[in-house]
Amino acid sequence: MKRAFVMLALCASPLFTSPALADATGDLGLVIERATGSLLVIDRSDHAAVGRVEGLGDLSHASLTYSPDERFAYVFGRDGGLSKVDMLERTVVARTVQAGNSIGGAISDDGSLVAVSNYEPGGVKVFDAGTLGLVADIPAEGKTIGLVDVPGRRFAWTVWDTGEVFLGDFAGAEPQITALGNAGKNPFDAVITDDAHTYLVGLFGEKGVTAYDLWSDQPEPRKFLTDYGKTEEDMPVYKMPHLQGWAFTEGQYALPAVGHHELLWVDRASLEEVATTPVHGQPVFVIAQPASPYVWVNFATPLNDTVQVVDSRTHTVVATLNPGKAVLHMEFAPRGAEVWISSRDDNKVLIYDTRTREKVAEIAADAPSGIFFTARAHQPGL
Amino acid sequence: MRSLLLLLALAWPAAAEVAPDRAAELEHMVTQDCGSCHGLTRKGGLGSPLTPEALAGAEAEGLATIILDGIPETAMPPWRPLLTEEEATWIARYLKQD
Ligand code: HEC
Repeated sequence: MKRAFVMLALCASPLFTSPALADATGDLGLVIERATGSLLVIDRSDHAAVGRVEGLGDLSHASLTYSPDERFAYVFGRDGGLSKVDMLERTVVARTVQAGNSIGGAISDDGSLVAVSNYEPGGVKVFDAGTLGLVADIPAEGKTIGLVDVPGRRFAWTVWDTGEVFLGDFAGAEPQITALGNAGKNPFDAVITDDAHTYLVGLFGEKGVTAYDLWSDQPEPRKFLTDYGKTEEDMPVYKMPHLQGWAFTEGQYALPAVGHHELLWVDRASLEEVATTPVHGQPVFVIAQPASPYVWVNFATPLNDTVQVVDSRTHTVVATLNPGKAVLHMEFAPRGAEVWISSRDDNKVLIYDTRTREKVAEIAADAPSGIFFTARAHQPGL
Repeated sequence: MRSLLLLLALAWPAAAEVAPDRAAELEHMVTQDCGSCHGLTRKGGLGSPLTPEALAGAEAEGLATIILDGIPETAMPPWRPLLTEEEATWIARYLKQD
């Protein structure tokens, strides 16, 4: 009996030991486990899973952002849940279900506000980053997408249904919302460049991308890439491309073509198309490997077992990797030495050395999707 | 009339037979791939909700056609390159849970 008790106790002991409070967070990250609504806490240097946080609701299409001190993660769930997670205690310290259906969020430059973009009901809600108390509620005429932080306690966002773009200033007592005109038909996502200069809005309902100069006092829509791939039939788009992590490299934007198996290269200054690169499938994420000329691309289902590496100088594919089934996301170590790749259907996160492009380690995870290192805390737009 | 019925019957096999292995794949596909637009729990996202309640008024045959051909001018893509008619019908019934 005693022995059985000991065995039970062993079985019941938590898989992960609880950390000393002196732990640093700079090397940590979170992996979204979409099926189970949990987060896997990972240690980048150790190539290890070091904990798990549960009870976060529906995490399909979830994303997250970090507090400036890298202590807390704000997790945006599909079911409208906004959760604040303590990276050291590995617990949910605050949670609010703030809408029926949401898509993503952002943290203000000073770390004081967290904004969430919602599908149902459409709009943006802004919360106090400390308490998750509601600070502002800005309804929209449809599903909001492409929410980003803009310096000066501001956020920009776009409405899928109407194409309208807004800039919200939350520095004062009352929010100041400015309409920035119309980006075009059915914008599917938007992103801000790392210098917070340009807000780029990708269009699904028509060809093209719309750029806003956010350094200007009166940003206006400027459309480009309006006729890419016009010589061929569009192919079905089985997954919308994501623009967060859109690659800005070698004075160019590397953009996913919508409905074509191509990357489009655009000169940052002139917004002219400079090249196209035929790739394996419909690009989903196009992400620059830090401190290198390379961008890494993953693809929409059913061609999603492959990742390609493209050289931004020659616009050619220099490597094709097969990390595993249903590759959903890639995250680079901040200085680019490694890339972590999630394979949802193999239930693994694969770690590649970016120099040799060889796999160096793997970690078990439950249907992993997004991977987020805490270094994101210090990057505008993430 | 008879021949019309026969035609319909030919076009839409009543049983929507798929092998058990394939059924498991289709179920996975509905959750994951359809889920990226319609939500893992099918309560909606960029795409409309696909819960049995939301689809109660629709015929499985009509839904199968939508799945195969998509809805032009919207983000709903045609799945014909990846699915047979039997499989689309199976998914439509699976969604409606009948
Ligand atoms: C890229 C996004 C996307 C994907 C992936 C997607 N859908 Fe859709 N789907 C939509 C959108 C958007 C609509 C609504 C179109 C409209 O405005 O009428 C829709 C509508 C539908 C409808 C019609 C619903 C109704 O109430 O009439 C059905 C059925 C459907 N989808 C099934 C599926 C199935 C099954 C899959 C997976 C095999 C799938 N969809 C994958 C975007 C998507």
